[in-house]
Amino acid sequence: MDLATFLVQCLNAVQYGLLLFLVASGLTLIFGIMGVINLAHGSFYMLGAYLAFALAPWFGDWFFTRLAVGVVLAVVFGYLLEWAFFSFLYERDHLQQVLMTYALILVFEEGRSLLVGNDVHGVAAPAWLAGSFRLGELMSYPWYRVFASLACVVVALGLYAVVNRTRLGMMIRAGASNRDMVRGLGVDIRLLYRIVFAGGVALAALAGMIAAPLSSVYPGMGSSVLIICFVVVVIGGIGSITGALIASLLVGIVDTFGKVFFAEWSGVGVYLLMAIVLVWRPEGLMKRGH
Amino acid sequence: MATEATPLAGEGPVAEVGTLPDIARREPGGWLVPAAAVVLLAALPALISPYAQDLVARIAIYAIFALSLELLVGAAGLVSLGHAAFLGIGAYAVVLGSGDAGGPLVVVLALAVGGAATYALFVGALSLRTRGVYFIMVTLAFAQMAYFVVHDTKAGGGSDGIFLYVKPALGIAGKTLLDLGERLPLYYSVIAALAGTYGLLAVLLGSRFGHALAGIRVSEQRMRAAGFSTYPYKLAAFVIAGGLAGLAGALLAIKDGAVNPELLSWHESGAVLLMIILGGIGSLRGAVIGAAAFTLLKELVQSEALFGALASHWQLTLGLAIIAFVALLPKGLIGLGALLRGKAHG
Amino acid sequence: MRPEISLRPALAAFALAFAGSAFAQGAPLKVGLMLPYSGTYAAIGTAIENGFKLYVQEQGGKLGGREIQYFKVDDESEPSKATDNVNKLIKRDNVDVLVGSVHSGVALAMAKAAKDNNTLLVIPNAGADAITGPMCGANIVRSSFSNWQPGYAMGVVAAQKGVKRAMTITWNYAAGAESTKGFTEGFEKGGGKVIKDLNLPFPNVEFQALLTEIAAQKPDAVYAFFAGGGAVKFVKDYAAAGLNKTIPLYGPGFLTDGTLEAQGASAQNMLTTLHYADDLNTPKNNAFRKAYALAYKAQPDVYAVQGYDAAQILGAGLKAVNGDLAKRDQLSAAMRKTVVDSPRGKFTISAAGNPVQDIYLREVKGNNNEFRSIAVKSLSDPARGCKL
Repeated sequence: MDLATFLVQCLNAVQYGLLLFLVASGLTLIFGIMGVINLAHGSFYMLGAYLAFALAPWFGDWFFTRLAVGVVLAVVFGYLLEWAFFSFLYERDHLQQVLMTYALILVFEEGRSLLVGNDVHGVAAPAWLAGSFRLGELMSYPWYRVFASLACVVVALGLYAVVNRTRLGMMIRAGASNRDMVRGLGVDIRLLYRIVFAGGVALAALAGMIAAPLSSVYPGMGSSVLIICFVVVVIGGIGSITGALIASLLVGIVDTFGKVFFAEWSGVGVYLLMAIVLVWRPEGLMKRGH
Repeated sequence: MATEATPLAGEGPVAEVGTLPDIARREPGGWLVPAAAVVLLAALPALISPYAQDLVARIAIYAIFALSLELLVGAAGLVSLGHAAFLGIGAYAVVLGSGDAGGPLVVVLALAVGGAATYALFVGALSLRTRGVYFIMVTLAFAQMAYFVVHDTKAGGGSDGIFLYVKPALGIAGKTLLDLGERLPLYYSVIAALAGTYGLLAVLLGSRFGHALAGIRVSEQRMRAAGFSTYPYKLAAFVIAGGLAGLAGALLAIKDGAVNPELLSWHESGAVLLMIILGGIGSLRGAVIGAAAFTLLKELVQSEALFGALASHWQLTLGLAIIAFVALLPKGLIGLGALLRGKAHG
Repeated sequence: MRPEISLRPALAAFALAFAGSAFAQGAPLKVGLMLPYSGTYAAIGTAIENGFKLYVQEQGGKLGGREIQYFKVDDESEPSKATDNVNKLIKRDNVDVLVGSVHSGVALAMAKAAKDNNTLLVIPNAGADAITGPMCGANIVRSSFSNWQPGYAMGVVAAQKGVKRAMTITWNYAAGAESTKGFTEGFEKGGGKVIKDLNLPFPNVEFQALLTEIAAQKPDAVYAFFAGGGAVKFVKDYAAAGLNKTIPLYGPGFLTDGTLEAQGASAQNMLTTLHYADDLNTPKNNAFRKAYALAYKAQPDVYAVQGYDAAQILGAGLKAVNGDLAKRDQLSAAMRKTVVDSPRGKFTISAAGNPVQDIYLREVKGNNNEFRSIAVKSLSDPARGCKL
């Protein structure tokens, strides 16, 4: 493999990893702060992708508007879902959370099947992003993929800013370490959780919207992304956003280069990576405290 | 940029499964109830159609699968979301080990149980280093790994699955004693396997080993503080559970004559968890009842007679039913019995 | 899909089966259609059923003098449910003939069940080589193609065009593997060499890493097997990576059948091979297309032709035995010996049960796959592993 190809593959790996990070960060936030294991998180990603497909004819090339509308819808959806369903899960044990959210996946998948059917759909990138630019002699690289990576970086920076530099972020971090104390200080912890949950849903949905032109929109997309997200969270450490970022990039590299060098065994590579990390650091790479 | 993880994630198994009835306690009726059930099952072929016998055999196989998970979740308090991997490995081992000409029963069963137990050893050794939600996610991930091996690689046969062309038979010196290609021998073998699994687990859980697991489930910290090394016990439970699931998988492959990667999917892992919670965690009978209830529930929601057009979207009905069930009846069907008895006396 | 424990349906089915065999000639022929009526392949399933019923209608509603009674099961293109689904048709509905399926994995399960129960099976699409290979049987016939056939033909064409180094890319499943194997065989026989086989898990459509690899290896041509949504995406991504300008993309007809509108400019001038071309200017094809459009208000495609021919083959067999299914051996032999007057051209059936047919070379122009020439005449699948 020559240098040019290697660099392009690295570009591919980073682009995949960054999208994964967007979904995984939502999962790790929800889990890290509320202690709820949510198997339906992949469904939010699928929701975003199908939203991109459904909204496309209405918004045409008004791409950012479409994204914004999608995010708003996702936030509302997340808020309502937390209020109606997830808030009952905090007091329950993990087994019950697993089962309830597993059942939720079934409901979402069939709901999608009823509303939109089971076909595979393509979503076009907006016209102004639809071209490619030449990467030297080798090949052309689509502009949209560059955009996707940049968008993820922007969101990641925004996330960092919110969590570490705002009052809301401070409350989130405080609520994660000691729920009762925060409540005692007058903060409405339930409202806080609702906001965090809605944020997590929005992150996953945004990732789905951005990914739709890259991966197409198809029924199984929620499940496939969910399990990889679990791997990312396990490798990175639950609750750690930095960990999720590092882990996502690692997974992107293993997956991309695995596809090229190991063809049929590439699917297994990511799990081997997880196994290695577990042997070395059972709590994940960036787990702080106990 | 890291947020502190919640204290919930770090605690021992008690945080995952809440308060559990002691699985080693004597259930009402003692040995009589299971024995009567076996007799009834043995008599069924005379009364029901071959299609129904197939269904009963299927339920019995899933009951073995559920019982194996009960050992992990109910007895040791380890919630595994990747148990289907062992079912699938057992099934694939039978088909791959049989080749084109079929194989001796003892050999293929050994491959199935042994293969599943070996993978359980690998997975257990790594995942038991983690706790709580990590454990759940890691077991799921390792099951996915096995899924990809059979789904993607030529060794595993690919996404369409592979077929068992000649079913195994038990023979000595050229004479066939038990041909599992015939319907009745297969049926009775499955019932016998179920009875054997049930008996084995009942004895195991009543022993010192079972009491140690119960102690770990209730409070691992206390056990460790008392100088007890908990890891080997958990690993042993994990391996035994894996091996038994492999047995269930082997029987499934023999019965259906076909295996496919979906046997290792997390839908299957989720389904078996549902079975034991449906029946009631912490009870061997609950596992069997749960397996039957879940299989019949699935048949029910797919019935066009009852649900009309919604039958093709049965997963929606199933999902809603599960949510309602877990929300309203957390102790499962076994708990229902106690609930009704309580109301009667109350 | 009913819970099966109650006795009454079982008794009723038993009685029906008795009645069926007693009144062989007069009773309707039970045809079990196991096709995808939902999911990605739903449109294909419908096209096949339409084609089948069109032929029956042209024969006055009867095949071999017997009326047809249809039983339908939606196989959802799920191999994991296939064994259960086909057993519903065989054991619960007691069908005389099975027709299906589209997905190769599902068809394999059907073939196994057909062999175990000695039921007649006509396959109107699924190209799994194994069905007319190790799994072949006298009671199993295919009216479509084997995955190997279009691939082999494309390989021959590529070698003739002077291509020396090629790469293949497909999904990691039986259909993809068999198609690329066919291509490799035809290609290397003509003096070419396949330098690398790329694949990704089905139904993943993230091609980026593999497209980069293709660009790095710089082959003379690429052979791709994808279908449906995957075909659309791949052809578009291939063009977006700028590869279509320097490395010609070849494939079986599935890469461009039914997908041209979505693929648009990215598919123009692509060469594909298939046993059918929409614009074949023969009297039979023109008549067929007219009749189909009239009956179903839609244009037929290769799948409709396959369904139509499935009914033809079955009809020919039934005619030879006057509708008497008890004369099974004669029936199967007649089905094998028939010369099928298909919209695709006349074809015969190999001993293993697969069509021996011309494979056409087509080129994409606008929204059509236009016929160019016959790539290979009377191509017969080698049926490796078949003991017939």
